[in-house]
Amino acid sequence: MASVNLEKIVKTYPNGFEAVHGVDLEVRDGEFMVFVGPSGCSKSTILRMIAGLESISGGELKIGNTIVNNLRAKERGIAMVFQNYALYPHMKVYDNMAFGLKLAGLPKNEIHERVTQAAKMLEMEHLLDRLPRQLSGGQAQRVAVGRCIVKRPEVFLFDEPLSNLDAKLRASMRVRLTELHRELRERGQPSTAIYVTHDQVEAMTMGERICVLKDGTIQQVDTPTTLYDRPVNAFVAGFIGSPEMNIRPATVVARDGGLGVEIGDTMLPLPTAFAEILRNRIGDKVQFGIRPEHIGTPRSIVAAGSQERAAVANCAFRLREHMGNEVYTYFELGGHDFAARIPTDFAGEIDAAERGQTIQLGFVMDKAHIFDTDTGLNLTLGALS
Amino acid sequence: MSSDTVASALPKTRIPSNAEVLRTQRRERISLALRYLILGSVGLLMLYPLFWLLGASFKSNQEIFTTIWFLPKDLTQLLDFSAYYNGWMTRTEFTFATYFLNSFLIVVPRVIVTLISCTLVAYSFARFEYPGRKFLFSIMIGTMLLPPIVLRVPQYLMFKELGMIDTYWPLILPSAFAVDTFFTFLVVQFLRGTPRDMEEAAIIDGCNALQLLWHIVVPLLKPALISVALFQFIWTMNDFIGPLIYISTVEKYPVSLALKMSMDVTGEVAWANIIAISIVALLPSLTVFFLAQRYFIEGATSSGIKG
Ligand SMILES: Nc1ncnc2c1ncn2[C@@H]1O[C@H](COP(=O)(O)OP(=O)(O)O)[C@@H](O)[C@H]1O
Ligand SMILES: [Mg+2]
Repeated sequence: MASVNLEKIVKTYPNGFEAVHGVDLEVRDGEFMVFVGPSGCSKSTILRMIAGLESISGGELKIGNTIVNNLRAKERGIAMVFQNYALYPHMKVYDNMAFGLKLAGLPKNEIHERVTQAAKMLEMEHLLDRLPRQLSGGQAQRVAVGRCIVKRPEVFLFDEPLSNLDAKLRASMRVRLTELHRELRERGQPSTAIYVTHDQVEAMTMGERICVLKDGTIQQVDTPTTLYDRPVNAFVAGFIGSPEMNIRPATVVARDGGLGVEIGDTMLPLPTAFAEILRNRIGDKVQFGIRPEHIGTPRSIVAAGSQERAAVANCAFRLREHMGNEVYTYFELGGHDFAARIPTDFAGEIDAAERGQTIQLGFVMDKAHIFDTDTGLNLTLGALS
Repeated sequence: MSSDTVASALPKTRIPSNAEVLRTQRRERISLALRYLILGSVGLLMLYPLFWLLGASFKSNQEIFTTIWFLPKDLTQLLDFSAYYNGWMTRTEFTFATYFLNSFLIVVPRVIVTLISCTLVAYSFARFEYPGRKFLFSIMIGTMLLPPIVLRVPQYLMFKELGMIDTYWPLILPSAFAVDTFFTFLVVQFLRGTPRDMEEAAIIDGCNALQLLWHIVVPLLKPALISVALFQFIWTMNDFIGPLIYISTVEKYPVSLALKMSMDVTGEVAWANIIAISIVALLPSLTVFFLAQRYFIEGATSSGIKG
C-alpha cells in the first residue's frame, strides 16, 4: 500500500537542460493517475525519476512514507511497462516474467505460482514457452504487464504502453488495463498506478485523476470530468477533448443589460454570471472558448433544452463530416474557423447547406469560457455552474 | 458489402492475353539464366586458385610448374594421398599434430580473452557516463589508424623485459587488454544501436551492473560476439609475423610457421606435400566459418526488435 509524493521535483539533464521545473503532486494509494501532455513535456522524465532510472536533481520523492531519492530502482517497490515492451529477447515468456523474482531469490514454487497466476489473469497461459519474437504486439504488451504483476509492486508505472498498437487493439487493451487495476484493488493488493500517455482519449478513459503537463510544469490535476468542464487555462481546455475546443480571439463589449463578446463583426451575449467577473475588462482582448458540442442548430439546441441560454448567430458554412451519430460541422464566424458537433437527427439544415451559405447556429453561452489572452488563465472558472 | 458489389465496384482492368503472359515468363527466365551464368563464372574465376591448389596436391613437382589445368593429367593420381601423409609427418621430429595443437594453444585462449576484454570495454564506452570517456574513445580509435608494425619493436622489448620471449604470452596477453581496437569498436557500435529499454527493465527487475552485463547485454551482443570470435580465430590462425618474432623453438611453432619451415629445407622441396598440408591448414578456419555462418544469419534476422 503506497502513495507517491512529489515535492518540488526538479530535473536538470547533464547537458544543462532543465526538463522539470519543481513539480508538486500526490498520487494517492490505489489510485490510477494519468500523466498527459504533448510530446516533449517531460512526462517520461518524471516517470523515470519515480522509477529510479533517472537521477532527481532537486526536491523530494516519497513512495509510501519513505524518501526514495537515493534508493535504487529495485528498492523502491515499483514495476514498469515500457513503450517498446522491453522484453528480454533471449528468454521465454515464462523466464521473462520470472527473471525479477529469481534475482530477488524467491523459492522456485513461489515463482511458479505467481507466474501462472498472472498468466491466467492475463489469459496468456498458452504463451508461456514462446520467445518474445514469436508474439504479436498485443501479446508482447500483455507479457510486459504480466512481468510487472508477478512482482507485486507497490506502484505500477506505465510509459505509453499502448502507443505501438493499432487503434482497435489499443481500445480493448485500455479496457483490460483499467479492469485489471480495479481487480487488483478490489483484492486489496497494492495497485497505485501512474500511466503516461500523450493521447487525451486514453487519459480521459483510464485516469481516475489526470495530471496535465506542459513544458515540465503541471497545468492541472483533476478528475476527467472536472478537467473537461472546468479547465484552469486555455492549454488544458484545448488539449482535452476531441475535436478540440474552439478557442478564438474576441473582445469583451458592453451591451444593453450586460456584457458580450465580439468575434469579428458578430456579438454574442454573455450570461449574467460572466458579466460580474468581466465587468472591468470591457474593451479587453480575450480568448473565447466553446466546445464543439455546445454549438448546435436551433432544433438541436431546443432538443437539448438549452434554448434559453443559447445565443443564435449567422455563420458561414464550410464543411461537414458525417461521423454516424453526429455531424462535425465546420463554419466561419466573424472571420474565424469554428467546429460544431451536431446530433445527426437535428442536422437536416446542415445536410442541405452549401459551401459559403449562411446558416443559423446556436451557442450555449453558459458553457463557454473566457481566457486571458496573455496568461491563458480561465477567467470565468468562478462563474461556471 | 457483399462480394458481387465489390467486384462490380472495381474498375475494369485489361486482362492480359495468354501470349503476353508467356512472353513475359520467357523474358524473366532468360534474364534469370543470364544472371546465374555471370555470377557463376565470376565465382568460378575467383575460386579457381583453390581448385588448383586442391589438384596440385596430387601432382608431381614437374607437373605443378608446367600445367595450369587443375586436374592432374593422370586421374588415377587422385587416389594417391601420400602427399598428405608425408606433409603431415614433416621432415622434422614433430608431426603437424604438434603444430596444430600449438596453434590452438594460441588461438583458443586469445579468442576467449578477446571476447571478455572487448565486451567489458565496449560496455563501458557504450553505456556509462564518466569524465574523459569521449577522450579515451578517440584515443582508442586513434590506435586503429596506427600501422601495427610501429608497435612491434617496443612491444618486443617489453616482452623481453618480462621474460616472455619464446612463450605464447606475447601472442595472447595483449588481447586481454582490448587492444584489438577494431573488435571493440564493432561491439561498441552494435551496443549503441541496441535500445536500452531491456537493460532498464532489468535494472528495475533488480540487476546490478555485472548481472546486467551477463544476463542481458551479452545475450543481446551474441551476433556481434560471434563475428568477433570468428575473425579473431581466422586472423590468429593465419598470423605469421607474430609467431615469427616471438617463437624460436621449433617444438612451439604454430601451423603458419611450420608451413614456412617446410619450404625452407635445403635440397629438393616436395611441393605436393606442402600444398597438401596448406589445404589441411585451411580446414579449421573453414569449419569455424561454416559453423558460425548459421548464427550470422540468425543474428541478422532476429536482432530486430519489433516495434
Ligand atoms: N538524456 C537527455 N538529455 C537531455 N535532454 C533530454 C534527455 N532526455 C530527454 N530530454 C529532454 O527532456 C524533455 C522531456 O523529455 P521526455 O520526458 O522524454 O518527454 P515526453 O515523454 O513527455 O515526450 C524533452 O525536451 C527532451 O528533449
Ligand atoms: Mg515519453
